[in-house]
Amino acid sequence: MTKLKVGIIGSGNIGTDLMYKIERSDVLEMSVMVGIDPNSDGLQRAAKRGYETIATGIDGLVERLDLVDIVFDATSAYAHRQNSDALTATGKRVIDLTPAAIGPFVVPPVNGDTHIEEPNVNMVTCGGQATIPMIYAVSRIVPVTYAEIVATISSKSAGPGTRANIDEFTSTTARAIEEVGGAKKGKAIILLNPAEPPIIMRDTIHLLVEEPGHEEAIRASIHNMVEAVQAYVPGYTLKAETVFEEKRVSIFLEVNGAADYLPAYAGNLDIMTAAAVQVANRIATHLQQKGAGIV
Amino acid sequence: MTNKLTLLDVSLRDGSHSVRHAFTEAQVQAAAQGLNAAGVPYFEVSHGDGLGGSSLQYGLSAKNELKLIEAAASVCTTSKVAVLLIPGIGTKYDLQQAVSAGAKMVRVATHVTEADVAAQHIQLGRELGLKTVGFLMMAHMASVETIVAQAKRFESYGAEVVYVTDSAGAMLPQDVTERITALREALSCEIGFHAHNNLSMAMANTIAAVEAGATYIDGSMRALGAGAGNTQTEVMVAVLEKLGYHTGIDLYPLLDTATNVIAPLMQQPQEITASSLILGKAGVYSSFLLHAQKAAQQFGVDEREILMRIGKLKAVGGQEDVIYEVAQSLVKV
Repeated sequence: MTKLKVGIIGSGNIGTDLMYKIERSDVLEMSVMVGIDPNSDGLQRAAKRGYETIATGIDGLVERLDLVDIVFDATSAYAHRQNSDALTATGKRVIDLTPAAIGPFVVPPVNGDTHIEEPNVNMVTCGGQATIPMIYAVSRIVPVTYAEIVATISSKSAGPGTRANIDEFTSTTARAIEEVGGAKKGKAIILLNPAEPPIIMRDTIHLLVEEPGHEEAIRASIHNMVEAVQAYVPGYTLKAETVFEEKRVSIFLEVNGAADYLPAYAGNLDIMTAAAVQVANRIATHLQQKGAGIV
Repeated sequence: MTNKLTLLDVSLRDGSHSVRHAFTEAQVQAAAQGLNAAGVPYFEVSHGDGLGGSSLQYGLSAKNELKLIEAAASVCTTSKVAVLLIPGIGTKYDLQQAVSAGAKMVRVATHVTEADVAAQHIQLGRELGLKTVGFLMMAHMASVETIVAQAKRFESYGAEVVYVTDSAGAMLPQDVTERITALREALSCEIGFHAHNNLSMAMANTIAAVEAGATYIDGSMRALGAGAGNTQTEVMVAVLEKLGYHTGIDLYPLLDTATNVIAPLMQQPQEITASSLILGKAGVYSSFLLHAQKAAQQFGVDEREILMRIGKLKAVGGQEDVIYEVAQSLVKV
């Protein structure tokens, strides 16, 4: 079967990491890396690996749409608003890794197939990809009245985009906690830690549930969800025992990355790119089946 | 050396940690009246972790902090209400709300190495016409060169004052002198200093700061603040006047407020306990104290050991969640 041809816009940390993950997909084929700085590490690595490169941004890509079936946007929220229409108008599928959130939120083990026909889907934030599966794991057992996440990442793994968009991180994540995680009210906190050697991404989820109890069912549900995420991020693990205190539940996670581009401490980078590739894989498989008249 | 100092009282913000974020409007208003009567130019009101700090991670606020800001601002004729904003916890939207409630100063706080997350918030503070301050937390963790570089970023975004903040109460007077002197030389804006008394150094550090050129100084009445508390505002006024500085503060109304408003609301004496000493020794963010106490009881482990390990992990302000993990790991040992 033919693979879907992939374009990546944004040759920074996220875009470059994506390239390595796409190489491992059975249904995707890395085709073109698009950036705005010909000297960027991402564009140079892509060229060295034999892929097409475009250093003139979205304008350059629009002239070479034959190169792509599906495009990952790893630029910025502002740039994505400009990029999206130019691509979806021509029938290309778009996976948005910025906090622009034009399309619906997707967190693969929670709603990976729900928006499979949407022209543009959004990957929330790294903190959202790490924590929303856990919130959903609890909310499918007992109603969650409030969910709060605390994502702590190493300073080294937070690039200039993340730093300039820190308010967008908290507001986009909070909204997805409600819309995808199923909590009535969501809140997100992000902390940067400069320790050397860099700390591994940690995520803590504090929840208030409608009624106490259900401990066994909640633990089992969390356990199953951890395995579901491990299928695409093997370094996703519970860091401590889940704490139950009447209506409060606290879950502690650590996310070790696959070290494709940045080292393993940058689990925040990994969970975002690995989730995006999951979504693209599902879209590709769906389109293949559709083409073969299976769906 | 200038003789004129600007004092800022943090009882109603740092003290929020000490009362587990349970201030009432009546308490805040009574304290605000006293601070205004004493002529304290600025005082801070918000959750201990700043705007938006109400959370399961740090403790839920008993009262909406916007109501508390309103209650404080409504009785001020000369004093101005300040708010703390930690990007990553609070947002620009929270700041706009606080300004509508009456805030006139914002202190935008980051870990001492992460000033660049605050650019937008500092710019917004200036756009809103607020007195805008950059607050470098956990200043004991960075070298003098790093602090200077980070402070310059704050200044470039528009901060009118940059603070050296000894969040862990871990600094000694020579550390303070070194840092304030370097900032004084490198920056053209004013320099501030915020102390914690975990090693009984708060007053000594405050003196070191003003002698090195700091012109903004924090304190809290009865030292009400995280860990062993802050420099005690009323003591500081007396000491600084004795040293020949001009604070413009009337001591008696301040003493009355400390005695009649703050003392009755304290949940525990603001003393240097074994664990608050360990905060200073290990360099741990002061607000971890009461959370470590609770976790130590819950898991039956030594709270001093929890805090020592957190110091070794180099946790930054806001990482209260590591307390649970460390407490659990101590049980397993």
